Amino acid sequence: MTMAAELPKENFRLSMLIFDTRYRSYTIQAVVLGLFILLIVWLGYNVDRNLDERGKELSISFLWQRAGYDIPQTLIPYTNDNVHFRALLVGLTNTLAVAFCGCILATILGVVIGVLRLSNNWLVSRLMTVYVEVFRNVPLLLWVLLSYVILTETMPAPRDFRVTDEMAAAGEAPAAAMSFFDTVAVTNRGTNVPSPLLERGFGSVDLGFVSVNLTFLAIVLVIAGSVYSYRRLKSHARTVQESTGVRPVTWWKSLLILFAPIIALMIALGLHWEVPVLKGFNFQGGILVAHAFTALLLALTLYTAAFIAEIVRGGIQAISRGQTEAAFALGLRPNRTMSLVVLPQALRVIIPPLISQFLNLTKNTSLGVAISYSDLSGTLGGITRNQTGREIECVFLMMAIYLSISLTISMVMNWYNRSVQLKAR
Amino acid sequence: MTISYTRTDMLPAMAPPVSQRGLVKWLRENMLSTRLNVALTVLATAFIAFVAWNIFPWFWNSVWNAGSLAECRAIVAASAGEGASGACWAFLKPWWGAFIFGHQYPVSDRWRPVLAFGLLFVALAPILFAGQRRNLTIIFSVVAAYLLLTLYLASAPGLAFALAMLLVAGLVAVSQVQPERLLWFTLLYPALCFWLLWGGSIWSPIVAMAGFGVLYAIFRFASPVIGFAPAAGAGVVAAVLWWLFADAPLAGTLQEMIPVDLLRVPSDKFGGFLLAIVIGVTGITFSLPIGILLALGRQSDMPIVKMLCVIFIETIRGVPLITLLFVAAFVLGFFLPPEADFDLLLRVLILVTFFAAAYLAEVLRGSLAALPRGQYEAADALGLDYWRAQRLIILPQALKISIPAIVSSFIGLFKDTTLVVIVALYEPLKGITHLVRQDVNWKGIYWEPYIFVGVIFFLFCFGMSRYSKYLELKLKTDHR
Amino acid sequence: MKKSVFLGTLAAAALVSGMASATTLDDVKARGELICGSNTGLTGFGAPDASGNWTGFDVDLCRAIAAAVLGDATKVKFVPTTGETRFTALQSGEVDLLVRNSTWTASRDSELALDFVAVNYYDGQGFMVKKDLGVSSAKELDGATVCIQTGTTTELNLADFFKENNISYQPVNVADDAEAQRQYTAGACDAFTTDASGLAATRATLPDAENHIILPEIISKEPLGPVVRHGDNNWGDVVRWTYYALLIAEEKGITQANVEEVLASTNDEEVKRLLGASGDMGAKIGLDNAAFKNAILAVGNYGEIFSRNIGEGTSINLARGLNALWTQGGLQYAPPFR
Repeated sequence: MTMAAELPKENFRLSMLIFDTRYRSYTIQAVVLGLFILLIVWLGYNVDRNLDERGKELSISFLWQRAGYDIPQTLIPYTNDNVHFRALLVGLTNTLAVAFCGCILATILGVVIGVLRLSNNWLVSRLMTVYVEVFRNVPLLLWVLLSYVILTETMPAPRDFRVTDEMAAAGEAPAAAMSFFDTVAVTNRGTNVPSPLLERGFGSVDLGFVSVNLTFLAIVLVIAGSVYSYRRLKSHARTVQESTGVRPVTWWKSLLILFAPIIALMIALGLHWEVPVLKGFNFQGGILVAHAFTALLLALTLYTAAFIAEIVRGGIQAISRGQTEAAFALGLRPNRTMSLVVLPQALRVIIPPLISQFLNLTKNTSLGVAISYSDLSGTLGGITRNQTGREIECVFLMMAIYLSISLTISMVMNWYNRSVQLKAR
Repeated sequence: MTISYTRTDMLPAMAPPVSQRGLVKWLRENMLSTRLNVALTVLATAFIAFVAWNIFPWFWNSVWNAGSLAECRAIVAASAGEGASGACWAFLKPWWGAFIFGHQYPVSDRWRPVLAFGLLFVALAPILFAGQRRNLTIIFSVVAAYLLLTLYLASAPGLAFALAMLLVAGLVAVSQVQPERLLWFTLLYPALCFWLLWGGSIWSPIVAMAGFGVLYAIFRFASPVIGFAPAAGAGVVAAVLWWLFADAPLAGTLQEMIPVDLLRVPSDKFGGFLLAIVIGVTGITFSLPIGILLALGRQSDMPIVKMLCVIFIETIRGVPLITLLFVAAFVLGFFLPPEADFDLLLRVLILVTFFAAAYLAEVLRGSLAALPRGQYEAADALGLDYWRAQRLIILPQALKISIPAIVSSFIGLFKDTTLVVIVALYEPLKGITHLVRQDVNWKGIYWEPYIFVGVIFFLFCFGMSRYSKYLELKLKTDHR
Repeated sequence: MKKSVFLGTLAAAALVSGMASATTLDDVKARGELICGSNTGLTGFGAPDASGNWTGFDVDLCRAIAAAVLGDATKVKFVPTTGETRFTALQSGEVDLLVRNSTWTASRDSELALDFVAVNYYDGQGFMVKKDLGVSSAKELDGATVCIQTGTTTELNLADFFKENNISYQPVNVADDAEAQRQYTAGACDAFTTDASGLAATRATLPDAENHIILPEIISKEPLGPVVRHGDNNWGDVVRWTYYALLIAEEKGITQANVEEVLASTNDEEVKRLLGASGDMGAKIGLDNAAFKNAILAVGNYGEIFSRNIGEGTSINLARGLNALWTQGGLQYAPPFR
């Protein structure tokens, strides 16, 4: 709508609110706002009446009542004596864990598959096409269910690991054995991995409202320090290179800076690993990664990787052939052409759709309910809602949390996207 | 006599060396060109062999006829030896209908969804192949063949059969004479489909459709008098009044005078792929107008409208579909008047529509942004007002370039319909499969029903994605 | 493609049809159909077959109520509910009552504003394990992995039991009965816990039932029964007394087959009142006087329902146990019908 410039001044009439394009938008907005407020009032009125009828009232105080149920996999300490809010946090961490691991794994797998799809190896590129089409065109729910059942049906039971006296006497091996130098046991209940334990710690400081774990703080500080020094080293090397044309050798320095301090800290703290051992019905000690987690992660990774592969393929194909030829003309070898010329440009095309895949993956973690994974929708939206009967509160709280996760991810990723895009001037 | 040291005739060309021709050359170039490629080929071959080795016997020993899983296992053991594994597809025989229509849809009325599904393509054809007589004829003849076969298989009553054939024949005739008139059928199809699926009196969809007639009539006559926007508003108000007050009594009276009705099938009897298609198709069609409005609202320069649209779109897109289904199942009831009684499927449809609308709005926003700025300016230069500019210039182009993306959204939505199992609707993947696994005869079956449903979903979605690829190509060539 | 008319029609149809009147009983009569919330599928208690016919112990109670209220046992619509959706469906008025192995607990009675009107099956939570696990008591399950259905009281009981006995366990949540059975059979959990009836049903359908034992401990009381909304006492009475009528019928030896015969020949005043031959017991709660006769005629007495669906000889093969009549040492006891 273009505004006619410099109209002669005329008196305002009420009918201009409808017929004059300059004022009509105010009318429309007022009407829309009015309708919207009416809608809200109507909904609120209905909620009030419905709650009255069922003898309920809205309150989130139930979050501080005892939960009473157990959760199979908890990343933060939790027992059934904790409150529902704690169960919510357990669910949230479980959701975030799957989403985080899933995004990383799906990106790696997706990039590999996307590149292989463009490979000039006929067999491999066809195989990857089949993979992409099969995974994209079947509901994710099926992949979740199938990976769960494959894990629980094909892995050995804990008892298969047992060496009885007769077997030892006869020199027979048990039906199943632990992998990775006898540290990891994959059973049909889950994956038992060693857990890191510290002999000594720095204790914690109580600041009144929150207690700070000094050991944790120390680890974070050391890692942050290493990363900071590493970046300083890199920028120093760049300065030297720009002024002299010769890049100083940095690889051993970077390795030292990155890893030596944390290793030293770990030795000082007395790090050792608690390896799971078969005791009674199950493996004890170490960390048990529930199959619901593994299956959900597997399904999300495989499914999302198929989409990411397509994005990567599209991104690489979008780079004009001339770029590659120019790089060859400069005498760059194929792998340097890929890493220095094609990929950085493809990245700009890839990142925006990649963000939406990350968001999808994060939202799709909620499919864990189908295999009873205790994520946010399993604890808050499932058991807590069911045991307390607080549908409105639980469902809206859950939506709000998912929404803030999504907004955070898209904010961070958009910020990253802006930093890699071409700065158009 | 001269001795010639120079050859005067050409030697026949020798065949290229073995390594440079035929299969060997192809293999060398396509599978064994570098060391990395050799490794990849070996890996891929090993993988394929491994999969085939493990799965092939299972498929090979498939059993198609048995009364129970135990019987199935016995047949496999008898034919392939003790300990051999074999798939058991015999559950399909008793449960086939349940997978397609849901186990509660009346068996005698299964021809209705079949007919509605066939006519869906007839209704879509004029949009997708506007004015292309040849394609229309092909589509219609395929639909006619499909209907002949499936209506026969579903043992539709003779009258319905004859009417359906007559309808298709009439439409074919129309498509030959005046293809553009077919759009009328597309507009009427929703009411027809509703009546076929849910049954009841034929007058309720007709009278409800008449509401749109009222809207159009008022708009048409008032528009020259009071202007475009007020006329549209008046039309909408009149139509709403019509639906609220005139609809039910009028439909009731007409039904009493001329009773035409089908057996009423309440929505909780829907299940299987019928349910998935109903949710997917209604979700995408309802969401189209809402999505357009949201996309336009988001582009609008009115801050309040824009803000409301952005909040709606981003909220819906920021939460998983499952939470929206939770809203449909547990919460939406609180927001409706206590005396209103929306059944679960309707509530799910509402939320699924919101969900699809938010995604479509994003798709359309992309298309609107992709239109050259000059199109907007040209519309302004012609002196068109906002709605005329949108209707005549912007939207036709934006919708056209977004068709592939809309098809993709539909594929996504169709796959997502499987999630309604969370709120206890009998969708095919987990809902009906759960019933099969609960059946005393088939307890213990696992892989086969899931694979069956997965294959059907794959065929649907793969077909549609191929079609959207084709569309993309077609639309691209005439655009650039 | 303007399909908004669809929504309009649907909404209008739903609005018109759904005007709730004063009481559930009036609603049901006006509608001519009883809407019964049932399980999505639990063999023996309530499950649909391939053509959508529902059968089971709980299903028959719904049919009896439909016969009592509407005089026709087929006028029932079964709305499948999961463990998680069931109470919401009842509260929101989507179903008239819930007959879906739901446990009567204080908090459900108070917090969820529901009324449990009777107990049609006395159950308790137990454990099933494989015989070769070498376990004979639930207290030996220290460190075991236990499969448990979510959205039920069993997860709370389980947590309490292990805590009281100071032993640990690893829960594996499963969504439904079929999935629990698959996991248990695959060995993904050492023990499977649910109501003892469910355990027995599962065990009976396992191909190697003799290799599985149900441990002696019953760790909870699980009175399962029909549920109605709080505050509609008359409807509660209808459900409660239809159920008791089936119990009294068994006590008095009235069966589906001999009900007319008994009616013609009996001298027992209570039986006469029950079958509507004297007094107006039905009319007092807004039903036909022959309501309870119709119910018995439709599905038989409590014992018949039990033996037809879950009793010995069926694939579920449950003994009457606690659910025998009080005269036979069980807990099923109907107040006098007068």
